Amino acid sequence: MKLQRKNRLRALSLGAVAVSGALALTACGSDDTGTKAAGGDKSASAATNSSAIKCDDAKGQLQASGSSAQKNAIDAWVKQFTQSCSGVQINYNPTGSGAGVTAFTQGQTAFAGSDSPLKPEEITASKNVCGGNAAIDLPMVGGPIAIGYNVPGVDNLILDASTIAKIFDGKITKWDDAAIAKLNPGAKLPSTKIQAFHRSDESGTTDNFTKYLKAVAPSDWNYSGGKAWQAKGGQSAQGSSGLAQQVKQTAGAISYFELSYAADGISTVDLKTDAATPVKASVENATKAISSATVAGTGSDLALKLNYKPTEEGAYPLTLVTYEIVCEKGNKADTLPATKAFLNYIASEDGQKLLTDAKYAPIPAEIISKVRTTLSSLS
Amino acid sequence: MDITTQNTEAPPPTPQTSAVGTKIADRGASRTGDRVFIGLSRGSGIFLLVIMAAIAAFLTYRAANAISDDHGNFLTTFEWNTNLVPPSFGIAVLAFGTVVSSIIAMALAVPVAVGIALFITHYAPRKLGGPIGFVIDLLAAVPSIVYGLWGALVLVPHMSGLFGWLDHYFGWTGIFDWQGGAPRSMLTVGVLLAIMILPIITNVSREVFRQAPLMIQEAALALGATRWEVIRMSVLPFGRSGVISASMLGLGRALGETMAVATVLSPTFEINASLLDPGGGTFAQNIASKFSEATPLGQDALIASGLVLFVITLLVNGGARMIINRRKEYSGANA
Repeated sequence: MKLQRKNRLRALSLGAVAVSGALALTACGSDDTGTKAAGGDKSASAATNSSAIKCDDAKGQLQASGSSAQKNAIDAWVKQFTQSCSGVQINYNPTGSGAGVTAFTQGQTAFAGSDSPLKPEEITASKNVCGGNAAIDLPMVGGPIAIGYNVPGVDNLILDASTIAKIFDGKITKWDDAAIAKLNPGAKLPSTKIQAFHRSDESGTTDNFTKYLKAVAPSDWNYSGGKAWQAKGGQSAQGSSGLAQQVKQTAGAISYFELSYAADGISTVDLKTDAATPVKASVENATKAISSATVAGTGSDLALKLNYKPTEEGAYPLTLVTYEIVCEKGNKADTLPATKAFLNYIASEDGQKLLTDAKYAPIPAEIISKVRTTLSSLS
Repeated sequence: MDITTQNTEAPPPTPQTSAVGTKIADRGASRTGDRVFIGLSRGSGIFLLVIMAAIAAFLTYRAANAISDDHGNFLTTFEWNTNLVPPSFGIAVLAFGTVVSSIIAMALAVPVAVGIALFITHYAPRKLGGPIGFVIDLLAAVPSIVYGLWGALVLVPHMSGLFGWLDHYFGWTGIFDWQGGAPRSMLTVGVLLAIMILPIITNVSREVFRQAPLMIQEAALALGATRWEVIRMSVLPFGRSGVISASMLGLGRALGETMAVATVLSPTFEINASLLDPGGGTFAQNIASKFSEATPLGQDALIASGLVLFVITLLVNGGARMIINRRKEYSGANA
């Protein structure tokens, strides 16, 4: 009997240890993003030309949320910006484009980040927070979507849009398929099964990737598109990092993600476009392709229509452009100076230059100069 | 004699107890303390009902919005696309995946958990039982996202060996047919969930087995029963309802597990007869994956799927309660 009671006590203390352990662990786990951006790393500031950042009378807290695709770019910008303008604190919450736009149209944030331009109904919704005026899209970050693959023994792989569409639609199932072999003469293609991975969550990357397939190979990709993956079959994983992880550990895998996730030895596909030579997925090539985009928005809205079939050499058309969304007129008076100062900085030459280090593509000069003009008239 | 003292936790010897007894009797039948306590406990009970009703009302309201806009059949559509015009989504795949992964998890976890609990309480030397119990408790303390990461980085790559073996010997059943994809399937999810729900089932079972009446066990031993016979005839019948309750706690966790499933499963909107081929999905995983980019309609649709999960969980718990009630006469609680 004594022993039993002792045992019970021991069980109790073990339980207590377990509970407190769990609490300690979860406490560590729940604390994520946000603080890093605001904290800033003093050592990295040396390189910046702080004169490019004009704080004016910007101060206070700036709330923003949206696209996770541009998170790394925003983090880098916020770090530089808050070093110069210590009165401003910027919290960018990478909740995803859809949630970002919703938060903006409900008046919770000063600006939103989005992978795709505003839809008509979203513009209508924005009039409530912009004092009757419409919100506008400002292209700020470009990014090549790389197609990563893991085929043992194949270091260079060339694919065109129609083959990619067939692979991701499950019509081509083996790596030594004739269509792939024709594009890659001389490559030793194994007869392994192709494992095409797509995003399991809804994503702007999926939206842009399928938009490209639909524009260039409409006969091989007849899905309506959107943020949710529509083709049947294939495999999926959560987030770009999940896809990159799967490509890395699964032989025969192929998937799409932003170029920055293709680090650590993931090979990327060279895209066969209308130009004579296949194009590598790189930051410069993406910028080159974006420069042939046309402005589709009306008025000050700078929504872009990408040119998916460039004939120019070295233009990588499989790109996504993320926009910052603000009110053209009628921004909240207390956040306007800080918003304007920050957006002015990220559209500046210095701001755009920072993108290349983070494996994003700067917006071409002609378009970004329009963004700067629009920014100056923001009120 | 031993047993009587054991039952009173804080055992004041007889004179003191009688003193307390008379004190209570002196104060009469209705005392403020009693009334306050009755009020508090009744309030807590009602509070619980109100919370449940509020959750159900919220889910039903938002779900009704979504289902009225759904152009597919909400119960049978094998698709989840709320951005389509017209939108089309259904829970068939999610319900299937949730139930199947939970069944696999239960099938793997319950026998092991009962085994561990019996080992700790009846077989292990005390020096070994303590550390094992401690390690089991630690398993419960690992956050589910950590299980997810471990699953994706360690478990998934190592499952292909088992998958190949199953396919080779049991592929003919169809259930264990493997096309050679990455092993991110329902079976992998089931194994991961089994590990996650192991501690809760083990802990509760261990406590229940420990309460098995010592007198009956000693009597059985005295009659010449082996240790296994003692366990079979006294400990297991006594603990049965407790083990069922423990399993239901575990099942609840398995049904609702989100992040670990989202990291390990390769969800697709298809029902695959094979447990080894990627496919399927679960309610919680689907909500977690889709919520951040969802439009207002998309959110309502996800909430509607949450309502279905809520109903499934209620049914499962209700069923468990019925089983426990039916088996009450076997339990040692009234022995």
